[in-house]
Amino acid sequence: MSPRALVLRAPGTNCDEETVVAWERAGASVQVGHIGRLLADPKMLDGFQTLTIPGGFSYGDDLGAGRIFASRLGTALSDALGRFRDRGGLVLGICNGFQVLVRAGLLPGGTHAGAVTLARNLSGKFEARWVKLRPLGSKTPFLADDEPIELPVAHGEGRFLTGDPSATEALDRAGQIVLKYVDDQNHPTSEYPSNPNGSSMAAAGVCDATGRVFGLMPHPERFVDPFHHPRWTRRGPRAEGDGLRIFRNAVKSLS
Amino acid sequence: MLWHLHIVPAPGQEDLDGHRLATEATELGLPGPWTISASRGFLIEDNSEGISSKDWFERLRSLAAEVLVDPVTEQFDLSPCLPRPRPTADPRLLRADLVLQLQRQFPDARSFEIDVNEEAGTARILADDVAIDPVEFDRWTVRSYLALIPPSVSRPWESVHVMPKPGVTDPVAESALSLLHALGLDVAGVRTIRSYHVVGPREALPDLIRRVLSNDAVEHAVVGELVLDHLGQGKPYRFERIDVPILALQDDELVRVSKEGQLALSLDEMKTIQAHFAEVGRDPTDCELETIAQTWSEHCSHKTLRGLIDFDGEIIDNLLKQTIFKATKDLNLDWLVSVFEDNAGVVRFDENVDVCFKVETHNHPSAIDPYGGSNTGLGGVIRDVLGTGLAGKPIANTDVFCVAPPDTAPTDLPPGVLHPRRVLEGVVAGVRDYGNRMGIPTVNGALAVDPKYLANPLVFCGTVGVIPRGMSSKHVEPGDRIVALGGRTGRDGIHGATFSSLDLSADSEEVSGGSVQIGNAITEKMVLDVLIQARDRGLYRSLTDCGAGGFSSAVGEMGATSGAEVDLEKAPLKYEGLSYTEIWISEAQERMVLAVPPEKWPELKALCDSEDVEATDLGRFTDTGLLTLRYQGNLVAELSMDFLHEGRPKVTRKASYTPREPQTINLPRQGYDYSADLLKVLGHWDVASKEWIIRQYDHEVQGRTVIKPLVGEHEDGPGDAVVIQPVRGSNVGLSISCGINPRYGEHDPYAMAMLCVDEAIRNAVAVGADPDRIALLDNFCWGNPERPETLGSLVMAARGCHDAAIAYRTPFISGKDSLYNEYDHEGRKLAIPPTLLISAIGRVPDVRKCVTMDLKEPGNLLYVLGGASNQFGGSVWAEVTGRKAGKIWADPHRAVSHRAVYRALHSLMQRGLIRSCHDVSEGGPAAALAEMAMAGGLGVEVDLIYFGAENGSAAAHDASRLFGEGSGRFVLEIRPSDVSEVTSRLFEVSCDPGSDGVTRTVYTHFDKIGRVRTDGEAQFTIVRSDPPLVIQWPKPGDGHPVIPLIDLPLSTLKAAWQRPLHPAHVPG
Repeated sequence: MSPRALVLRAPGTNCDEETVVAWERAGASVQVGHIGRLLADPKMLDGFQTLTIPGGFSYGDDLGAGRIFASRLGTALSDALGRFRDRGGLVLGICNGFQVLVRAGLLPGGTHAGAVTLARNLSGKFEARWVKLRPLGSKTPFLADDEPIELPVAHGEGRFLTGDPSATEALDRAGQIVLKYVDDQNHPTSEYPSNPNGSSMAAAGVCDATGRVFGLMPHPERFVDPFHHPRWTRRGPRAEGDGLRIFRNAVKSLS
Repeated sequence: MLWHLHIVPAPGQEDLDGHRLATEATELGLPGPWTISASRGFLIEDNSEGISSKDWFERLRSLAAEVLVDPVTEQFDLSPCLPRPRPTADPRLLRADLVLQLQRQFPDARSFEIDVNEEAGTARILADDVAIDPVEFDRWTVRSYLALIPPSVSRPWESVHVMPKPGVTDPVAESALSLLHALGLDVAGVRTIRSYHVVGPREALPDLIRRVLSNDAVEHAVVGELVLDHLGQGKPYRFERIDVPILALQDDELVRVSKEGQLALSLDEMKTIQAHFAEVGRDPTDCELETIAQTWSEHCSHKTLRGLIDFDGEIIDNLLKQTIFKATKDLNLDWLVSVFEDNAGVVRFDENVDVCFKVETHNHPSAIDPYGGSNTGLGGVIRDVLGTGLAGKPIANTDVFCVAPPDTAPTDLPPGVLHPRRVLEGVVAGVRDYGNRMGIPTVNGALAVDPKYLANPLVFCGTVGVIPRGMSSKHVEPGDRIVALGGRTGRDGIHGATFSSLDLSADSEEVSGGSVQIGNAITEKMVLDVLIQARDRGLYRSLTDCGAGGFSSAVGEMGATSGAEVDLEKAPLKYEGLSYTEIWISEAQERMVLAVPPEKWPELKALCDSEDVEATDLGRFTDTGLLTLRYQGNLVAELSMDFLHEGRPKVTRKASYTPREPQTINLPRQGYDYSADLLKVLGHWDVASKEWIIRQYDHEVQGRTVIKPLVGEHEDGPGDAVVIQPVRGSNVGLSISCGINPRYGEHDPYAMAMLCVDEAIRNAVAVGADPDRIALLDNFCWGNPERPETLGSLVMAARGCHDAAIAYRTPFISGKDSLYNEYDHEGRKLAIPPTLLISAIGRVPDVRKCVTMDLKEPGNLLYVLGGASNQFGGSVWAEVTGRKAGKIWADPHRAVSHRAVYRALHSLMQRGLIRSCHDVSEGGPAAALAEMAMAGGLGVEVDLIYFGAENGSAAAHDASRLFGEGSGRFVLEIRPSDVSEVTSRLFEVSCDPGSDGVTRTVYTHFDKIGRVRTDGEAQFTIVRSDPPLVIQWPKPGDGHPVIPLIDLPLSTLKAAWQRPLHPAHVPG
């Protein structure tokens, strides 16, 4: 039976449709839910194995990306999400969804990391561009191998930063920085534009200690179809988009 | 009581905004040097009369830390906006704040020692054991917070606070207010504020504030201490009906009434109104006059182009009908669904969906507030698509900007005019913030730069939408409820519609300060989410957007043939104090008007409530033929719909056109090295890389973009058009492209129109669109049409549009004109060049067959399709080399044969025989080839010996071969193995049968010019072999004398091409 995926929508969410398509293509059966419904009925989560907070500008992102969404999720829902994770549910936050999970304290999770944020890009502006990424380790079921992938980023606030710089290193040692921006030689990099926002430790995606909560700034749902790649007319399209693998891995681990 | 939450970068965090602003100040020529620290913040008003309670303060402080301030990168201070110090500071807090401030000021200092003398109000400070002079301080005021920087250590400084003027929409503050409410804090109001700590020459501070830190049109700057006691967002309104006595007025008095009320009505129109009300037997109310002025405005009624034009003796009744509409009608194509009827033009896409497209201008608001102007320009055109048929779902945006050179000397600015660099940065940011937030990819655009746009920049924004088939028409039934959906009504944009019918002047900003609007994209995104659900559930019968004229235009249009009754006090307001007329004509953003069958209203209301979208029943549509407006039960307007929509006297304008005397252009002597010329061409604003703009837009959200705006090995090549997939899972695509060239317009407006149509089509064909399925939009931006020669050039351009549409068989489906684009100050008039934007959507039968412009593989052969051209009028090469002369031309016969060639090329693309393809436009073949080489990262070897030496006529001049512009040409890259097939197919092509029924054959110019280098050298080399005349058919490279024309490394080309709009603030 195909796993049931919930894609959670809030005012300003704008990547929900393509996220639904990605989950469907990966073999999940998908439902979109508005945050209002979930707040009214947190038990709704019981019917799903995976929850995605997709990209967008939730509530306008006026007060810092993801902040209002995270605050609406509130303590009550954070607890429900914690239980969801603890019973084996997978939580995915993409771009704004990653920002929401960080603001809500679900990523990187625990208290040892101290204050964590996704700060303004060092370039000082919103940027849309393709980046190369390398999955590291296999702490999260969303990433199954260390084959480099290419995905687009599109954000103004994506610089992963901890209040205490050593906390980022500790997360890295714990294997929680599971996706890194890499250069042409596949080495993690802090060089712009390969690292598009100046993230410390080249962090592009982070998971919690269980690996079941995963957030990333790049958009895997935008590289599902081979023709999404920016250079397919040069190299010929591959079989399918790199982003689809992330959804497939999750479905596989849940099936 | 009012509190200032002052948010500063945490120690060690770079102050990105401060650095950017200081750089900008220097670049704008303000005498420096400047050091600017930037910080943000909020003004938060509580509900208490006197001092807020300590509990409230502590709660605000903890919520601020939790939700308003970044936990890692920011720190904050919370203090009351009071003029006098308060004595009870907690010395420990004070110390902490002092250290924080000192760390910012002296980042290199390792330790601070602070000795506070509270009674004296001084602190003794040691930084790394060096004493800093004692200074006055005060825990509770902002002044002293900044005053901690001792004047003796630093240069003179000043603090500047910038906040939105009362009534200006402030989305961030709205979000903060609603969040604080949701978290249970009693807050009366919130406004955002930006604060700057400026070190620099004091005498230049006013200029710095005006040019860099704030915008007078929408913002208010305070220098020094911030002393405010409340936010002052409006006072209660007391109803009083205002009648405007016009029945007894003489002509000059009627003119005065129009002018003083900013109605932009002519004497003739005022007299018609006077006569109408004489018949009715009373004076009009202010609201009735305003309604008529809005409806009859140039912006809403297009009275010039739909009126009578005396064109050098020839009477044209409704120019649009005679040209643009006529072409569409005569083409009579079966894939057109709704043209020139609705808010956007609609064409069939596949068996399930239609697509619609609209491009609007927002010029005058953008001249005054570039950010707000383009922001709401895009928001407005998105609503046009939402208001098309029963609602289109937006899937792509476009934007085109016309500005003066961004490096214009600041001293050349006329009074009241913003620097073009600020204009450009502002309009880009405005489009970015609206499009990205809406989740609509901004995919196509252009930039045209000309000094004549200095005082009157142009901003075009477009949106493409999809509509399920069968949902492209709508109607209103009497009895339907009039429902307003979305944003609240404020004083935003009052007089926007009539403002666009007036020239700009130095005091424009004062006259029309209210015309500036600020958007809130998330409100519109929520409206979109609700509308699509409501549409699919059949909850309304008709809808339209509130654009220029607000409710007045929306309700007036929807009820034009029936009638409408509105109770104005029902409209939800942003703040108190709006009069009934202001409510009626406000151009507040993000509002739609729906006609809802009464039985569906509860379901619609419940749907809106579930998504937090405000929906309000304002009244009903009737069958009275009257527009009836009430405020708290008082009748404030009762207008005949017939008079409102049909009563306007037809405008008659004179038009005249004298062709420009062509002047022969001087061309360089043989042997001239064109390398430097090519670099200048590539560095021309219109040709240069637009990557800095494009990357700020999310061009891939929705996951539909299969050919991106930037293409090639490093994703930085200028693609001809983008291709999106309107229907997920379908390989049928839609190309989006445009053509604009104001330089041509000054030479020959008719030719400009044909050439712009050609370029928009050619861009589409270059990526794989079917030339038989391309639809066009027109946007005319002209100066004052009351000047005959201005209107005459417009008539010629409209005729060019007609002839091009017929020849290419590409119908116009919608369009818009914007006239009076002029600046007038103390007799100094500055009109824009005649500017026509042609936008095109094309059906791409199979996205897998799409072609991009970047060179692909070494060894492939390079061809120019379409021959050499010696058209230099308005060419980029002529401009950058200081040549004013030259001609351009275009004619329908040529266009008919171009179409035949495009169809042949399209069929070759469908067979995969074209490896890359790029249209030849600004800068001619040399620029096109250079762009292809740069995008592919591959060098070329080109010999022009056989290019442009055809038909026995004298061989074209080298300058023509390299830089000539004109219609119908492409550079193609073809695999050696495919050459013979391509050549045989392109050798001759058949045209459509002419009016005589005869099918003509065109022998195409298809010239091999060289190949992609195989030696791996990233070198761009163009020569012309110059063999002795006696040699028959010499082969390039046969050892004949060779004339070098251009020889440059690709890196040099790229540097020149990227320099003008290089992202100066990119790190590294």
